[in-house]
Amino acid sequence: MISRAFRGAAPATVVGLGGLLFWELSLLIINPEGFVLPAPSGIIAAFFDNFEEIWVASRNTGFIVITGLVGGVALGVLWALLVSRFRLANETLTPLAISLNAIPIIALAPIFNAWYGLLSPVSNQAIVVILVFFPVFINTTKGLTDVGATEIELMRSYAASSWQVARTVRIPNAMPFFFTALKIASSLAVIGAIVAEYFGGRQDALGPLIVQNAGLTRYTEAWAAVLAGSVMGIVLFVASGIFERVSMPWKPDAETIGA
Amino acid sequence: MTEPDRCAVAISNVSKVFNQGKPNEVHAIEDISLSIGEGTFVSLIGPSGCGKSTLLRLIAALTHPTRGDVGVNDKSADQARLDRDYGMAFQTSGLFKWRSVAENVELPLQLMGWSKTDRKARAAEMLDLVKLDEFGDHYPHELSGGMRQRVAIARALSFRPSLLLMDEPFGALDEMTREHMQTELLDIWNKTGKTIVFVTHSIPEAVFLSQRVIVMSPRPGRIASDIRIDLGERSFETREASAFFEKVTEVREALRFEESQP
Ligand SMILES: Nc1ncnc2c1ncn2[C@@H]1O[C@H](COP(=O)(O)OP(=O)(O)OP(=O)(O)O)[C@@H](O)[C@H]1O
Ligand SMILES: [Mg+2]
Repeated sequence: MISRAFRGAAPATVVGLGGLLFWELSLLIINPEGFVLPAPSGIIAAFFDNFEEIWVASRNTGFIVITGLVGGVALGVLWALLVSRFRLANETLTPLAISLNAIPIIALAPIFNAWYGLLSPVSNQAIVVILVFFPVFINTTKGLTDVGATEIELMRSYAASSWQVARTVRIPNAMPFFFTALKIASSLAVIGAIVAEYFGGRQDALGPLIVQNAGLTRYTEAWAAVLAGSVMGIVLFVASGIFERVSMPWKPDAETIGA
Repeated sequence: MTEPDRCAVAISNVSKVFNQGKPNEVHAIEDISLSIGEGTFVSLIGPSGCGKSTLLRLIAALTHPTRGDVGVNDKSADQARLDRDYGMAFQTSGLFKWRSVAENVELPLQLMGWSKTDRKARAAEMLDLVKLDEFGDHYPHELSGGMRQRVAIARALSFRPSLLLMDEPFGALDEMTREHMQTELLDIWNKTGKTIVFVTHSIPEAVFLSQRVIVMSPRPGRIASDIRIDLGERSFETREASAFFEKVTEVREALRFEESQP
């Protein structure tokens, strides 16, 4: 299984390294000034030169990302369960979710900061929760309700209770939908956390690190912090994929496109 | 074979109208009365849209009659459903892809609160009956269409209901697999003595399997003829016997006569 995963990652690694090489070489040829877009070698060097600082910042941002992700996913799943189970919940909570999603949440960051205090992490967590919640809610609801008529009739023929139908049919049916949402949500959480940090929260985090370095025209260092954010996103994405495989052993390999 | 007195299914003056009073009103079934003796194998045949599936779903209490009564095992159809008196199989196997073959067969037992060991034992027994004992740990996507239907039948029989309701279970199979499955179903019927109500589009299939073939008229569905089939023990030769062809012709003519009516 592990070796298969490595073999599966080989093409991506080749394409990635090729891209970096191309980036590096084209900068050598066409951009001698080199400060607008730093070379990958410079970014990686800056990453290790400032490792201590980046590591602390990543941990602080990571805390926001993970807590926000967990909270948002839990809220999204709970909301989906309610909406697919109770008609009244569907009629009230679905429009509410849609309106929440229509708000440009990032635009609220300064206001949240005013509510919770400029240096408090709570406002950033709240932003991640709200960002993550919606795709999880929409996809999970689809998975819980998108069950074939034959399957439902079969369950009725067994005189199954609606709780039994939920546990044995609806929830397993929603799993692939949920994991698709989780992968989207994990990237959204990183973006949401870093952008929210531009406005407030702890100052020793990735967002402020990028803003400060860019403000001082230390672009290579800013990029190194962006790199840390990207790594975080990739780790979460891959973790979601592994979680998916473990939870859905029945899934034929051919269907597992996209990690 | 002599027909026993007890009725497994008693349908009296049943009509079914969908969307009554609306512009898309459909009279699916009109005044059908039918009683099916315990242990009988009955097929329902008729043109597409004549209400065969609807009639089956009425027996299963998955839908309710607009007029008339449906009884199963001397109770209301609803009570029979709650008592799990029947098992059901459809054209699509309706297996759950996240459950292994054995777990699919165990599903009704799990819903009934059976213990894990009892469930396992029964599932193994049922898979043995449909000759899939080696496939318990496989997932449905690893099976052929015919194998999936056999799992669906094993699942329908797992809790030993007295009645088996089947809606074109072999409809999606190729001719050879189909004939093979027919032989196996008869084998199961002989071993278990269930009452079977079997919906089909195939005249030879209905004649080969059944003791009674109910021919239905085009919508609104009515019973056009009730043909008794006495071919004795079925075997490979049955399909080539002249008595078989005579019955096939009789059913075909009954169907054609009905379709030519205004
Ligand atoms: N839930 C429903 N709502 C409205 N109309 C329905 C419904 N179910 C069936 N009908 C209608 O009732 C009629 C009979 O349908 P039914 O499915 O019983 O036919 P059938 O004999 O099984 O056909 P086929 O051989 O094609 O499966 C059809 O005209 C169909 O459109
Ligand atoms: Mg039908």
